[in-house]
Amino acid sequence: MINGSIINIEGLNLHIGNKHILKDINVKIPEKKLTVILGPSGCGKTTLLKSLNRLTDLYPEVKTQGKIFNGGIDILNPKIEITELRKKMGLLAQSPYPLPMSIYDNITYGLRISGRRKKRYLSKRVEYYLRQVSLWEEVKDRLKDPASALSIGQQQRLCLARGLSVDPDIILADEPTSALDPVSSREIEELFLKLKQRYTIVMVTHILRQARRVADYVIFMYLGEIVEHGTAEQIFENPQNQITKAYIKGTYS
Amino acid sequence: MRSFSILNFKVRRTLRENLSAFWMKCCYLLILAMPFILLIGLLLKSSLLFGEHSLMELIFSSEWKPLSGKFGFFPFIISSLWVTFISIAIAAPVCLLTAIYLTQYAKRFVLKIMQPVIDILAGIPSVIYGVWGIIIIVPFVSKVAGWFNVSSSGYSILTGAIVLAVMIIPFVLNILIEVYKTIPIELSEASLSLGATKWETIKKVLTRKAYPGIISSFGLGVSRAFGETIAVLMVVGNVVQIPSGIFQAGYPLPALIANNYGEMLSIPLYDSALMFAALILFVVVTFFNMGSRYIIMHYEKKI
Ligand SMILES: Nc1ncnc2c1ncn2[C@@H]1O[C@H](COP(=O)(O)OP(=O)(O)OP(=O)(O)O)[C@@H](O)[C@H]1O
Ligand SMILES: [Mg+2]
Repeated sequence: MINGSIINIEGLNLHIGNKHILKDINVKIPEKKLTVILGPSGCGKTTLLKSLNRLTDLYPEVKTQGKIFNGGIDILNPKIEITELRKKMGLLAQSPYPLPMSIYDNITYGLRISGRRKKRYLSKRVEYYLRQVSLWEEVKDRLKDPASALSIGQQQRLCLARGLSVDPDIILADEPTSALDPVSSREIEELFLKLKQRYTIVMVTHILRQARRVADYVIFMYLGEIVEHGTAEQIFENPQNQITKAYIKGTYS
Repeated sequence: MRSFSILNFKVRRTLRENLSAFWMKCCYLLILAMPFILLIGLLLKSSLLFGEHSLMELIFSSEWKPLSGKFGFFPFIISSLWVTFISIAIAAPVCLLTAIYLTQYAKRFVLKIMQPVIDILAGIPSVIYGVWGIIIIVPFVSKVAGWFNVSSSGYSILTGAIVLAVMIIPFVLNILIEVYKTIPIELSEASLSLGATKWETIKKVLTRKAYPGIISSFGLGVSRAFGETIAVLMVVGNVVQIPSGIFQAGYPLPALIANNYGEMLSIPLYDSALMFAALILFVVVTFFNMGSRYIIMHYEKKI
């Protein structure tokens, strides 16, 4: 059922100061599927997600060892040009952080940075990506307004559109619905179900029901380790590990 | 007896409560009234001058002959503007780049070391900066003027501006560091993951986000520079003239007041004229404070 993998993590260890945060992570992330990273709070889900496009560089106290392959290139190799590689992975944070500019400029930012300047092209792209996240009808008359004027749910969809604008292969999403109301959460979920036809999605969540609704593949983490990973069916119907079992049944505390 | 003492206790407690509330209100009203009291005092004192001269004449005339009753403030106003704007022109880029380096590039401990250093700089009395200016900057400027074939004693607009720049840097820098530190890291993450380099992120996202804070820090710098007295007075030359270059001596408004108040007050209208100088200072500094506040509010709505 799971065919090719797009990201291979091999022997990833991550320390912050002298705390061992990620412990010997080995896992393959399947292509064009929605992979959910599950696990209790503080187990390292966000850290793992940020390692995938080396945003951990922003934290000088973080030390990583191991390899993360994407298309044959080791992302963690300090010699590679990470800027271009990051574009292959769109990021969606826990709560929306629109860039301090207009709705329109939020979408065109990534394009302008990679040298696209033609106005007609940019306008078309803006419409296209806003339609992708079902935001176009709501904002088409106020594209020049500051993005911060949107509602939180709209902002999160804008951030998703912004991530899509640089045409990534992978979407990394860290609890993308945790700051949203139920309706907006549902909208994001449905978008993900639609987008996973064309993108590989890695999503962190600790909402079990959400994971059941969207996941194809599940990685279960506990205290910095991957305890178990497999297809959604395997993990939800027939977990092997005791901790996973407890967590899935909801008896974990 | 017992119930009486409880009652007594309660009364005393409410009394104390009311009294402290009363004093708090007094203090806050006093602070609220302070600027108005100052303004009214200055207006009253300088009003004598208005009786004899028009406002236009006072501000734009450059004839300063107190003995014959001529009070033209133009040379002082121009000196103040020169000194202030050159000093902010020096301090602003230095502070901005330092703040960006310390918050975005440097290791955490570097910022930890820098912060007390900045605080020490901010706490040094201005007379010490003045002495330092006389010993180091005056001869330096005199030499630099020589390179440009200008003869200068070194006591000049530029010297005042350099000393002022050094004095306002710690204040402006402290605000800027705070401003950049409070920008959420997620904003950098978003920009980087769209393929921006670190410098692009700083320039196009972080500095945009920081813009209101940057403006307010510069506004504060300008207000401080405009009003700073002792250190400037010691190095700026204090010659009543409209300086035609940065190597010439000038005579800013605060220096005028500090040098002359208490002396020559037998000359009619002289103390009124000095009060008018203070009034100009007050109005300009207030204007800058309000102006930067306005920009902040206006801009924050737009991002
Ligand atoms: N900058 C940091 N400095 C020190 N420790 C950190 C830092 N960031 C994360 N940690 C630690 O790393 C561990 C993993 O954090 P992480 O944010 O990845 O957990 P998480 O699984 O995403 O948790 P949550 O579900 O609460 O978001 C935690 O123990 C946390 O305290
Ligand atoms: Mg997290």
